[in-house]
Amino acid sequence: MRSLFKHSRSMTPLPILASFFSGQNLACVRGERLVFADLSFTLEPGEALLLLGPNGSGKSSFLRILAGLSRPAAGELCWKGRPIDEAPERYTASVRYVGHQDAIKPALSIAETLFFWGSLYGIEQSELVFSTARAMTYFGLSALADTQGRLLSAGQKRRVNLARLLVGTAALWLLDEPATALDQESIMALGKSIAAHRARGGIVILSTHMVVDLPQARRLDMRDFSCH
Amino acid sequence: MRALIRLIHREMKLVLRQQSDTFLVLGFFMLTVLLFPFVVGPEPQMLERMSAGVLWVMALLATLLSLDRLFQNDYEDGSLDLLALVPLPLTVIVLSKVIAHWLTTGLPLTVVAPFLAKLLQMQTDGVTALVIAMALGTPTLSLIGAVGAALVLGARRSSILLLLLILPLYIPVLVFGVAAVEVASLGLEGQQAPLLILAALFCATLPLCSLATTAALRQALDSG
Repeated sequence: MRSLFKHSRSMTPLPILASFFSGQNLACVRGERLVFADLSFTLEPGEALLLLGPNGSGKSSFLRILAGLSRPAAGELCWKGRPIDEAPERYTASVRYVGHQDAIKPALSIAETLFFWGSLYGIEQSELVFSTARAMTYFGLSALADTQGRLLSAGQKRRVNLARLLVGTAALWLLDEPATALDQESIMALGKSIAAHRARGGIVILSTHMVVDLPQARRLDMRDFSCH
Repeated sequence: MRALIRLIHREMKLVLRQQSDTFLVLGFFMLTVLLFPFVVGPEPQMLERMSAGVLWVMALLATLLSLDRLFQNDYEDGSLDLLALVPLPLTVIVLSKVIAHWLTTGLPLTVVAPFLAKLLQMQTDGVTALVIAMALGTPTLSLIGAVGAALVLGARRSSILLLLLILPLYIPVLVFGVAAVEVASLGLEGQQAPLLILAALFCATLPLCSLATTAALRQALDSG
């Protein structure tokens, strides 16, 4: 019975939700508290979604749900018209997530860090060398390529984490306060890389308190879905 | 498979560059074992009688000491989030962590154990059995430990909690590890039996603990 149900679900195209990336009636519970509920969105290739709201309004929790790290308490996410639970690994392959922490190991150099993540993202060895070099140049890290993580400043660590976005290609970028600790020049580089990503048909969802240049970004105010 | 090797390679690189971890574990093992002759006196019979037990208990405690770093660092610095978002099954990442953990703790412990056993007057037959038993038993210790290390992520006082969770589960390995040595040094029949049971324990924990650790990590990420 169950297999029949699954089969029929994968055979019939979802009628209304033909959009590229969408979520319906998402809810998030942290501890015993309902953080947000009934949150729905749809995004097409090339679009950006800016999450607004005060601290604690659920921006980070929402991004973790979108990344597939947490499960929503209710609702469903669809990628290319299919629920992400159907093929979680295929969805994961199209996601790059930048969270609060930069995942920099004190004992690894910048080049090693980017190389490691790139190889796990399944990028070919020959392309990887080129790709990491380009990513480091973009965020002004080329001169620091062999510097170990322990010697980096907060802003430099963040730049390494952002450079990971440019290693290989992923369609969906999820950025949680990406501009934290960045200087003006790096914020510009971030803005440019987001613009280039969108021009290629990529989607960006980010939360930020800083001013990042995002032409025609859609806005989503978390307070509209809060339950207080 | 290539990804698995790359993951293990990174783990090894991290541990070897920070050196202290492996040496701490080895140092703890050797020093605590060497304390016993001071306490119980130098009589060979007495030392031999307790050598297997002392070596196994200390190897077990040394393993426990190193479990903290298995997932905790990656959890705290955000690497675990990123590892979970790599297009690989989380179980592969768990396995790579466990293998790297064994290579940097279980294996070194197995290598130094025969020298310490000789110091404690263990007979040659017993030493051979001890090395085989530790080679079979320490991977099981790493596997069971991984479940505990994943379960306590995000908990306060996690190292004590880990100890209480994991120590009881180590008892079977301890029992058959000591039995293997005693049966061999007494020259009794059926010397392979305890070793076979240790091998069976490893075969059972390999799939069970990998799955349990994966589930525990998902839980930690979900609430993280």
